[in-house]
Amino acid sequence: MVKMTFVEASREALREMMHEDETVWCVGEDLGRGSVFGQYLGLQDEFGPDRVADTPISEAAIMGAAFGAAMVGTRPVVEMRFSDFALCATDELVNQIAKARFMFGGQSRAPMVIRKPIGLWRSSAAQHSQSLESWYVHIPGLVVLCPATPQDNYSMMKAAIRCDDPVVYLEHKNIWGMEGEVDTSLDIELGKAAVRRQGADVTLVSWSDTANLCVQAAETLAGEGVDAEVIDLRSLWPWDKEAVVSSVRKTGRLVVAHESVAVGGFGAEVVATVVEQAGDALRGPVRRLGAPRSLVAYAPNLEDKMRVTEQMIVTAAKETMGK
Amino acid sequence: MTTADHNTRRARDLLAMMERIRAFEEQACLAAERDKLVLGAIHPSIGQEAVAVGVMCNFNRDDILLSTHRGHGHTLAKGADPLAMMRELLGREGGCCGGKGGSMHIADFGVGMLGANGVVGANITIAAGAAHGLKLQGSDRIVVDIFGDGAINRGPFLEGVNWASVFDLPILFVCEDNQYSATTKTSTVTGGPGAAARAESLGLRATTVDGNDAEAVADVTAEITARIRAGGGPEMLHAITYRRTGHTSFDPAGYRPEGESEREAETNDPIARQRAVLAGMGLSTDELDAIHAAAQSEMVQVLADAAATPFPADEMALQDVQDIGSPAQEAY
Ligand SMILES: Cc1ncc(C[n+]2csc(CCOP(=O)(O)OP(=O)(O)O)c2C)c(N)n1
Ligand SMILES: [Mg+2]
Repeated sequence: MVKMTFVEASREALREMMHEDETVWCVGEDLGRGSVFGQYLGLQDEFGPDRVADTPISEAAIMGAAFGAAMVGTRPVVEMRFSDFALCATDELVNQIAKARFMFGGQSRAPMVIRKPIGLWRSSAAQHSQSLESWYVHIPGLVVLCPATPQDNYSMMKAAIRCDDPVVYLEHKNIWGMEGEVDTSLDIELGKAAVRRQGADVTLVSWSDTANLCVQAAETLAGEGVDAEVIDLRSLWPWDKEAVVSSVRKTGRLVVAHESVAVGGFGAEVVATVVEQAGDALRGPVRRLGAPRSLVAYAPNLEDKMRVTEQMIVTAAKETMGK
Repeated sequence: MTTADHNTRRARDLLAMMERIRAFEEQACLAAERDKLVLGAIHPSIGQEAVAVGVMCNFNRDDILLSTHRGHGHTLAKGADPLAMMRELLGREGGCCGGKGGSMHIADFGVGMLGANGVVGANITIAAGAAHGLKLQGSDRIVVDIFGDGAINRGPFLEGVNWASVFDLPILFVCEDNQYSATTKTSTVTGGPGAAARAESLGLRATTVDGNDAEAVADVTAEITARIRAGGGPEMLHAITYRRTGHTSFDPAGYRPEGESEREAETNDPIARQRAVLAGMGLSTDELDAIHAAAQSEMVQVLADAAATPFPADEMALQDVQDIGSPAQEAY
């Protein structure tokens, strides 16, 4: 076990993968200086400017060129800086990368990891705060990952680089400094959820930083006599339906919480699946928590209006139990 | 072999390939209009064949090509199998892409053809990336990306050409300028002097050529690819040609000045021009007609064979999407 922060975990995983596989390279803006959050600190010194490439501010070209390079046999790790800027490369991701293998009848692969830091990060406002994971889940061809702990950011980054599918890798900006013990020998199978806390009364389903909030909420609930089970999906496509459905079969109650806008969010998919596959087991109303369908503001009090809080999760869990 | 022999051999090869492209597309248009066998749109390159053959004769099988929605000629000239291509146009099993792509998405990785594209300009960044990947791997292969005059007004042109310039990549960009972007005369929507000047402003050497002169295209591309193979970095070739058909095979192109296309066909047909070159080298009309007839009968047979091929198996609809979370295992 090694103590690492969230940002150190994926950086170390990347470093090890670059040693293990010389076709792995990183491409994005300002990587030589570590990029915005230090995700690449030291890597250019270690691997040189060809394998840790500083690019022009050309998101479409970063995404498109990485794809071209993937088709001729390299494994690019693509940095989009803020997930919001990745929207400048939407055609490249959605129309090209996600579709090439199918459209070309299986001739091509796009083994690439596309990193898009997401989420609320104090006063970053409307163009630097979004969480659009549900968009990517809607695109056949993509794998969508949302690690929430240093261990997962380490193990999932390695698995993502080894994966032959294009992986959209969404790291939450608010937890770069989060510390945790990392077992560097632990392999994680993509698509498997983590049960972060076992419980018998209510199932809390979440991912990314909101999963951490759910763990806190579960502790609070325990003090109030409610035994909550916390499932951190970690991977949204594919996602671990079995873990969620079997948990709800046990508890009979469900809360889904995520930071992104509730309307059309992935929480709706989770609820619909549970209703279809375990509707008979539900013993209370289902609760779904997400942001209002509004924009993230700069002023802290307005920004807070977009947050799902620990208290909201606690209240929702109690509501499912009729408390 | 003497230089004269060599020149004659190349000239004959250029003509033969142009005849094959023309015949393929004529059959494809018949399959669309007469037989109703082509279900989606096809974009013929009739009248533009000299660009395809003149450029591609300077690329090896393991070099990389990326192309456009109007890419049948480029793809055939890269060495793709016309039967697999025709099957693809008809959406059949055994098509280049198993019938899943159609005309606009033809790819044949076996001959280094990494795809046509249904999105105008999208291949410019992807092609730059393919060249980037080859350079990272220390490969001596090079890349050619062919796009239309309309594509230079999309953002990927700036981003992709600049990218190739700053990373000094082994790639030739070819702007195949047929003067139209769908129904619009491209010059009416393009600021400044156009493709070559834009490439030069980003640090590329740019060459303009008569794109209906197969010999000139082949000559100038030979010089350019020699420089690129020697590590000279990316270049731009602006090949000026003319789109003789409508935008798609179904487009009557009534928006064009009357007589424009007919005049081009009579006075500036690349195949007629190449026949004249070969006649000047001493080939008889019979020899030239035999090249034409061989191409025609090849492609008539190709269409017949393609039409006799079944559609792909239903389960292919869920195949080759992704490994993890494949719809073949979990559709939703
Ligand atoms: C991004 C995008 N916008 C619009 C279209 C529709 N479209 C298809 S081909 C075409 C014209 C392209 O002109 P040009 O690049 O000159 O190629 P040409 O068709 O002349 O070969 C248009 C507008 C498209 N496919 N992609
Ligand atoms: Mg055009």
